[in-house]
Amino acid sequence: MTAHAYLEISNLSIQFPKSPVPVLRDVTLRIDKGQYVSVIGHSGCGKSTLLNVVAGLLPATAGGVLLEGQEVNTPGPDRAVVFQNHSLLPWLTVTENVLMAVELTVGRKMSKAERLAWTLETLALVKMTHAKDKRPGEISGGMKQRVGIARALAMRPKVLLLDEPFGALDALTRAHLQDEVMRIHADLGCTVIMITHDVEEAVLLSDQIVMLTNGPNARVGEVLEVGLPRPRSRIALGADPRFLAAREAVLTFLHDRHAAPTLTAA
Amino acid sequence: MNVLVTRPEAAPILASAPLPQPSRVARLRPYAANILPPLLLTLLFFLAWEALCSGPGSNLPPPSQVWAESSELILRPFYIRGGLDRGLGLHLFASLERVALGFVLAAIAGIALGLLIGTSDFAMKGLDPIFQVLRTVPPLAWLPLSLAAFREATPSAIFVIFITAIWPIIINTAVGVRNVPQDYRNVAAVIQLRGPAFFWRIVLPAAAPYIFTGLRIGIGLAWLAIIAAEMLIGGVGIGFFIWDAWNSSHLSDIFVALFYVGITGFVLDRIVSALGQLATRGTQSS
Repeated sequence: MTAHAYLEISNLSIQFPKSPVPVLRDVTLRIDKGQYVSVIGHSGCGKSTLLNVVAGLLPATAGGVLLEGQEVNTPGPDRAVVFQNHSLLPWLTVTENVLMAVELTVGRKMSKAERLAWTLETLALVKMTHAKDKRPGEISGGMKQRVGIARALAMRPKVLLLDEPFGALDALTRAHLQDEVMRIHADLGCTVIMITHDVEEAVLLSDQIVMLTNGPNARVGEVLEVGLPRPRSRIALGADPRFLAAREAVLTFLHDRHAAPTLTAA
Repeated sequence: MNVLVTRPEAAPILASAPLPQPSRVARLRPYAANILPPLLLTLLFFLAWEALCSGPGSNLPPPSQVWAESSELILRPFYIRGGLDRGLGLHLFASLERVALGFVLAAIAGIALGLLIGTSDFAMKGLDPIFQVLRTVPPLAWLPLSLAAFREATPSAIFVIFITAIWPIIINTAVGVRNVPQDYRNVAAVIQLRGPAFFWRIVLPAAAPYIFTGLRIGIGLAWLAIIAAEMLIGGVGIGFFIWDAWNSSHLSDIFVALFYVGITGFVLDRIVSALGQLATRGTQSS
């Protein structure tokens, strides 16, 4: 076996206690530092389960996850998660939500003023400084998700885990936020795993697209390298043959070879 | 391939005159719509009461007679004429004092027990069946035992309040703790918030709306129980006042006292509700 990759998922199988078959079987992935990897597949194929195992929120049944050669099986700030429904604490302001994460992770040894400065800096990164004293109930869905991203980024994670981060947003807000995430990824050079069911999103953002077959017993069906140069512009890429080819490859996988199970049954 | 040939033109800027304001009458209308119906129906109620009870064979006094006989109770709530002959306001304070003490004790013990049941499966399995049985015992059924244990009226009444108010507080707190969303637990796990800090910073604020619902039900039940308990234990208190008025055939006084009891219960409910609103700002609207 060669040297370990930065993040390695090896022979990972996940089976829930009451189910006769595993959700995921023998998933192996090697992710290099700084890569943006998307995991795509039909609903119910276990994408989010995979992410939760990497985050340490769910235990692996067999196999495991290695980060820089160390096994990870508990949650930790080195693998920050951006949840689909933002999961901000509604009784805290935007600043307090991020500050709480800073306080318990990177900010352990900082002074109070340094923590606050760090928090505000991160909020500036996602352009949320203007709403720093608002509560989550007072800002829009897109803004909440920005704060969710800021909270994760503030921990300076080794790996950023995005669980369908734009799924609940309208198309325009989604496009805007995708651009922001691309910019942040370029600025910080963080390693990202993103769960998505949006083909264009996966192609636009990723270096690698991991396509899962239908669950249960889902496996990695195919891994597509997206060789498009960065920075990428959604407008310029719209007509780029490489973009179109990548999109078609993913679409073929999802809708031809591994169509949604309900559709093939019908 | 589609190419836009013409750029869309910028929309012309319209003059920004303020929209005409609605007239004064129109602005007052929504308030009037809320105030008029209760006023009207209260008036109707008094008229019907007057009509029904004015007959010669009536057992209950009409409102006019209540006013004639008991206006002193309404106009001078704080007089003291020695012994137990004192204003309704003072009786009310005596009752409120007991309720306050019993309720505060119930809130402290109830929230603590609720948090315990909510967090520990062992405590839940062990205590929940006991609580489910005990909570159905009517408040006054505790009074004889309580009198036997404390040998004095006031602590017994406070105990009855305590035991009445505590159940909804325990149960709602436990439900609140069990219902802390998995999302919040996941967030806490990722930032490694554990132990007491997790409890103070996630569980308690997330459960706060449930806890306040329990407190609100609790204060309502406590107020129901104190009146009945005071009728039995005597001394001062609005419950005793009602019983005393009945024994000395002052029916008009009872009507006035009932009115006081109702208003006080309403105010108590509103106070706890307002405290809840204050403490759980934002929590409900996530």
